[in-house]
Amino acid sequence: MAEPVTYLEAIRQGLWEEMEADPTVFMLGQDIGAYGGAFRVTAGFLDRFGPERVIDTPISESAMVGAAIGAGIMGLKPVVEMQFIDFIACAFNQIVNFAATCRYRWGQAVPIVVRGPAGGNVRGSAFHSQNPEGYFQRAPGLKIVAPATAADAKGLIKSAIRDPNPVLFFEHKYLYRRIKEELPPGDGAVPIGKARLARAGRDLTVVTWGAMVHVALEAAGRFAAEGVELEVLDLRTLKPLDEEAFLASARKTNRVLVLTEEPLTGSVGAEVAARIAEKAFDWLDAPVARLAAPDTPVPYSPTLEDAWLPNADKLVTRVRELLSH
Amino acid sequence: MAKMSRGLGPLHPQAAPAADRLAKTSLGRDQQLELYRYLQLTRMTEARLGNLYRQGKVVGGLYSSRGQEAISVGSAYALAPQDVIGPIIRNLGAMLVRGVQPREVMMQYMARADGPTGGKDANTHFGDLARGLVAPISMLGALIPVLVGVALAGRMLGRDLVAMTWIGDGGTSTGDFHEGLNLAAVWNVPFVLIAEHNGYAYSTPTEKQMRIKNIAVRAAGYGIPGEVVDGNDVLAVYEVTKRAVDRARAGGGPTLVEAKTFRMKGHAEHDDAGYVPPELFERWRERDPIDRFHRHLLAAGLASEEELAAVVAEIDRVLDDEVDRALASPFPPPERALEGVYEEPPPPEAEAGGVGAP
Repeated sequence: MAEPVTYLEAIRQGLWEEMEADPTVFMLGQDIGAYGGAFRVTAGFLDRFGPERVIDTPISESAMVGAAIGAGIMGLKPVVEMQFIDFIACAFNQIVNFAATCRYRWGQAVPIVVRGPAGGNVRGSAFHSQNPEGYFQRAPGLKIVAPATAADAKGLIKSAIRDPNPVLFFEHKYLYRRIKEELPPGDGAVPIGKARLARAGRDLTVVTWGAMVHVALEAAGRFAAEGVELEVLDLRTLKPLDEEAFLASARKTNRVLVLTEEPLTGSVGAEVAARIAEKAFDWLDAPVARLAAPDTPVPYSPTLEDAWLPNADKLVTRVRELLSH
Repeated sequence: MAKMSRGLGPLHPQAAPAADRLAKTSLGRDQQLELYRYLQLTRMTEARLGNLYRQGKVVGGLYSSRGQEAISVGSAYALAPQDVIGPIIRNLGAMLVRGVQPREVMMQYMARADGPTGGKDANTHFGDLARGLVAPISMLGALIPVLVGVALAGRMLGRDLVAMTWIGDGGTSTGDFHEGLNLAAVWNVPFVLIAEHNGYAYSTPTEKQMRIKNIAVRAAGYGIPGEVVDGNDVLAVYEVTKRAVDRARAGGGPTLVEAKTFRMKGHAEHDDAGYVPPELFERWRERDPIDRFHRHLLAAGLASEEELAAVVAEIDRVLDDEVDRALASPFPPPERALEGVYEEPPPPEAEAGGVGAP
């Protein structure tokens, strides 16, 4: 019987198995070698795979991604770790202008992965808590993945590494050691671009991803006691969006709330809500609702961050409003 | 660490009688004539592009390397076939040395269907790893870490490969210049960066870009060799690049080469460069890299006027044909605008193939 493993351990296993299986896979990042990474995702990798494949870099996010692009077009499969995903902003140009456009402009695939810890609720303050998916959502050529479970974390990091396109892999650091699951036997690769039905229901759909999936499931548990069945759809991949999945759920339950940990404006949640309003309007009994973080930087103090983050209480309130519409 | 290999003094050299004395070279007659052909091919291709621009055939902006041809040609000529380059906008000569055909660039500028990007991107913005070419993006400096990654991959894959790219004086102010060169140094990868010090970044003169006179001194900050070379002497550029490439290939790590030159046109064709004092153009015209090399070939007895004229005439004939072929290509079909954003994943059984050749 397989032991339950944490979300972090699942990512570690996925990376490890891909490094074992494919000698072209290698890693670049800050403090990923002897130290094993700020969150220990790469602990033990240096001993097993050596400094040629587990490369500590200077604090140069742009050059890390640039070098990964160069190695990727030469036939290798680099995996870049951002120590905290907030620092991906320092590599924005290399990602959106270089990596994302090569295939379209000159036919050159760029098989790289940029991964790292995202998300709040760990008192990380403004620069260790962000959810940057919205910045990248509208960059054609990128793929974006944000798993909510250990099985998906392992399965999707494998698919991200095998994908011939640049993939951004956002790990929710709140989940790293807080959830544990038994992983499915075997390879366990999970396809990019497919949402997951986290809970089936008939009365209202919550579309979400990352740590917010667990918030939605908590709220759904509370509603179940009242005989109200929420459907929870875990997007898993944010780019390309599994539009069919959320449109089908909208047509089924006729009420949709999009739940995101991002600030509201310009979020991935905004795109999901827009597509449902545009393409499933005739099936809706209420306007598409959104529950997001407010349009401020992520605050530090527990009282402030708790007020800032979406949570189950806020979600229950919004769902009740939507059900009574 | 910076070494003044030609004793040119701190800023841009004045024209002097000694200016015609080119660097000593190991290159023989045939190779020097090949350099001459590439220099002329670069300038004459750009002249044809200028004609096409004035005829309204060029859809976007047109960029010239006039006055700087010796840098692109001389540096690219120092590479081996397996080496990889990332040319930027004034490196047409390097692309021609790598086997790019003039019509490819013409079709790019004219946004035609049969250009290397099929109308999706402009000018010299195309790549082809089969010819060791990485396409640039317009953001300067970005290619530096990318080519450092190419060099790293070459080492990891056990290939005898040197990676090279270019940057202007303005581009040395970017973060990627610093991050990339530092990374190359720390990794000690086979990488060469040629900094073309041409006096102006668009309209901004170098003294508003940096407080140093020689970009090459920056190499000391990364613990790598830096060399200054007369960028208007194709033989000097070849020799200094060859040294850097040989060192890189032997495991000696990266080199920063600064080539002193001057941009003889505006930033792009629309720019009349009215901000450049006319006497600078006059002074640098006397140091024109092609004229100097032409005089060198004659003075050294390597070619006659007639032989050099024949080279030019042959290029003219080639370019007539290249222009015709480029003009014959249609604009791309509109539906192409939506194609090719993503690479399709290979079928599962094809994934076990290991390292794919570029």
